[in-house]
Amino acid sequence: MKSNEAMPATIRIQAEPFDVAAETALLVRGRADVGAVVAFTGLCRDEGGRLAALELEHYPGMAEAEIGRIAAQAQDRWPLLGLTIIHRFGMIRPGEEIVLLLAASAHRQAAFEAASFLMDFLKTRAPFWKREHLEDGTTGAWVEAKEADDRAVERWRR
Amino acid sequence: MKLVYFAWVRERIGRTDEQVTVPEGIDTVADLVRWLKGRGEEYAYAFENEGVVRAAVDHVHVKPEARISGAQEIAFFPPMTGG
Repeated sequence: MKSNEAMPATIRIQAEPFDVAAETALLVRGRADVGAVVAFTGLCRDEGGRLAALELEHYPGMAEAEIGRIAAQAQDRWPLLGLTIIHRFGMIRPGEEIVLLLAASAHRQAAFEAASFLMDFLKTRAPFWKREHLEDGTTGAWVEAKEADDRAVERWRR
Repeated sequence: MKLVYFAWVRERIGRTDEQVTVPEGIDTVADLVRWLKGRGEEYAYAFENEGVVRAAVDHVHVKPEARISGAQEIAFFPPMTGG
């Protein structure tokens, strides 16, 4: 099944915010074959008022490459008609967006499943690290990886 | 080859990157970690819990048994927490 040959994924790593509506419009512009777009936006929480910001460090070069490999796996597995992945780095304040994922397909099931798969792999394999900056002005700890995220990846290995 | 470090691995070692010439017999990522740990306290501290620090060779995730000959850039970093 090579229905997605002419559909390279859009992958961007940037400090700037993104516009979900504009990115969605760009993804489906001029197309009549897309029946479903699933959008996931990951936001920075304030953890009950404790956090002033999250600082995201990344590995330039590898971040793009690894997300590209994860995207290729999703495109192999589901008949996707379009894919956009944008991941921010730098200082991100509570309420601001961190990551955007748009998956387009003819029918909703492929888009839902691919979006879920992509986020599970992105969290555990894309080279990004979060550090907390606290409301009291001090620099907090590096966020620890969660076992639940590793288990989420395992469920796709069937 | 160039070594690059991220997040708390970078902080513990105290630098973002460095050029190294590894001696004969250092063939795998695990060998390289063992050699680095012998270079000073900061490296011993960064790699104190075996198996926690992850590695990538030329931008691809690898396991400790991966061979390093011909590698341009080897990265060490904690488990990832993006998304």
